[in-house]
Amino acid sequence: MRPVYAISGGVSKFAKARPDKTFQAIIKEAYDYAIDDIGLDFPTFTRIVNGSVASYFSDHFTRQLMAGIMAQDYLGLCPKPGHRVEGGGATGGLCFQEAWKSVASGHMDVCVAYGFETMSHVETWKGNEFIALASDISFDYPVGGFYSGYYAMMVTRHMKEFGTTVEQMAHVSVKNHINAYHNPYSQKRNRYTIADVRNAPMVAWPLTRLDICVMSDGAAATILVSEEGLKKLEAAGAKIPRPLVKVTGIGRGTDMMRMADRPHVDYDNFMENYATEQEKSSDDTKVYYKKLWDHGTRYPGVHSFRAGRSAGNMAWKHAGINDPLHELDFIELHDAYTSSEIQTYEDLGLCRYGEGGPFAESGKTFLPNIDYGLKLKDKPVCAVNPSGGLIACGHPVGATGLMQGVFAIWQIQGTIKKHFNDDQLQVKNAKRGAIHSHAGTGTYVSVSVLEREG
Amino acid sequence: MVKLPSQREETLGGYIVHGIPFPISTDEESLEFLKRMAPIQIEQEYKIKYLHSYGQDSPWFAALTNKRLLASRDPESGYTTANPRGHDMFSGAETKWIDITNAPAHVHAFTVCYFGSEEFLPECPFVLALIEFEGVNTLLLTRLMGVDPAAPALDWIGMEVRPRFLRNSKLKPTDVYFVPSE
Repeated sequence: MRPVYAISGGVSKFAKARPDKTFQAIIKEAYDYAIDDIGLDFPTFTRIVNGSVASYFSDHFTRQLMAGIMAQDYLGLCPKPGHRVEGGGATGGLCFQEAWKSVASGHMDVCVAYGFETMSHVETWKGNEFIALASDISFDYPVGGFYSGYYAMMVTRHMKEFGTTVEQMAHVSVKNHINAYHNPYSQKRNRYTIADVRNAPMVAWPLTRLDICVMSDGAAATILVSEEGLKKLEAAGAKIPRPLVKVTGIGRGTDMMRMADRPHVDYDNFMENYATEQEKSSDDTKVYYKKLWDHGTRYPGVHSFRAGRSAGNMAWKHAGINDPLHELDFIELHDAYTSSEIQTYEDLGLCRYGEGGPFAESGKTFLPNIDYGLKLKDKPVCAVNPSGGLIACGHPVGATGLMQGVFAIWQIQGTIKKHFNDDQLQVKNAKRGAIHSHAGTGTYVSVSVLEREG
Repeated sequence: MVKLPSQREETLGGYIVHGIPFPISTDEESLEFLKRMAPIQIEQEYKIKYLHSYGQDSPWFAALTNKRLLASRDPESGYTTANPRGHDMFSGAETKWIDITNAPAHVHAFTVCYFGSEEFLPECPFVLALIEFEGVNTLLLTRLMGVDPAAPALDWIGMEVRPRFLRNSKLKPTDVYFVPSE
């Protein structure tokens, strides 16, 4: 595989509704921004780019099949190669990785990954129904298909087994909303307190409206290149900042559509097939896990994401990471729910299985220079969702994973101030970060590692 | 020679397009002004009826109509799934049916939905639960009745429950639901 560089990106403003433009024109906002940011004009970039990957989740929202080719057409990319990727909530992350594959394999030197979703075309409850159709329509959907309900069931089990509290979940909401306060692309820019989160309307017990991401209209685009692609763009006048941002780790995992069907593996199976390298090498952790299993805990059950653990382990191995908490400067993590951010801390190896609740309120995932109005026990170690994540930025599904990619590029380039007109969210000296994209109840998960070269 | 219609028939309904402002003239300046026009949004309806087959899982639904709850079991390993599964995921072998109607059952996890998808809004609030069965390796998603949706508590987890069946089957997984044992 050849080295792949993520050189530029763009994001449209995420909003509840964007009736002012069609989806093609919203994508073009993000696409044009990415081209403009490397100092090229549209025709020059069009001449050099080899092809694309399009990302959008649901044909239902647009009531339009083959929307990808309509975007390809509008962006002037025909007749170059392109295809659509779909994998539920992980669609954007998978799209980023498909573009990486196109470049790493030598098939393309310059590949653009773009994605969108326009969810405002239907009422929220109809949108919930469309999303719930991404659960088994014979056995799960008819029982009361509702993703917030599915995630709420996971977290009641997590609470029962590990003592996780709703206040710990609310810490995630406060953190991500306050981070987004400084992000002009974000849909929600509000400062909330723990009490605000808990007093918000209850959606699916114990998840309130502020524990849950919102539906959005929006688009994002990233440009990935090989060394040859870099030379071609620079020969045409592109100004690409140094040091470069290199994609150094790719990981993916899957799990069963019906979360009820997930296996409950024993201790030995967990340690052999699912534990992180760090967990395997720690006697203390082995003793801790043995105690959990002796008390009846099993993995993944309905409270953990086996796909996330597989994706994380694969990406960390690819990037040479042993201790993600201390070897990553930030993670843009798929926080569709505060509870799923906590579950994912555990599966990405940021903390031990079952300790996500205390970890969430420890302060380790917060930014150091922002006042959250909270008493945090520990100093920040690895910022999680410095952008504000899905909970505050919004979740236009096909765009979300690519939005994470764009923010990761800007963090590592050190250009957050340039793009946000505010440097509050710039992770100081950010060298390495990860983007995590997640579908269904944890059915498809992708993790990609980006880092500063040299 | 038959005279062919040269004009489409006007019908009632649709949109009153003469109500949308538009420049009188189409000179360059007026056309440029159109860039500032508010978007036009129209309603589109999409209705379709599917003929959905339960395929190899059909006996599971047939059982519900007869007040029995089936599960799938690998004949060699005995690995048992509460949701029907024609082939075992570990051995790849065809599974056999077993009856778990009377298997001891407990609540594994639950939630109360106060909001939901459009189809289920009239039923809110309702309780979703995952049920664990003795001798079964996986869970079953179902509705839980007989508990107060206004007072959810983690203590519901572990509660012993039993299945009840609709008298008039709808041939859906909601033909079975669970209630506290007692």
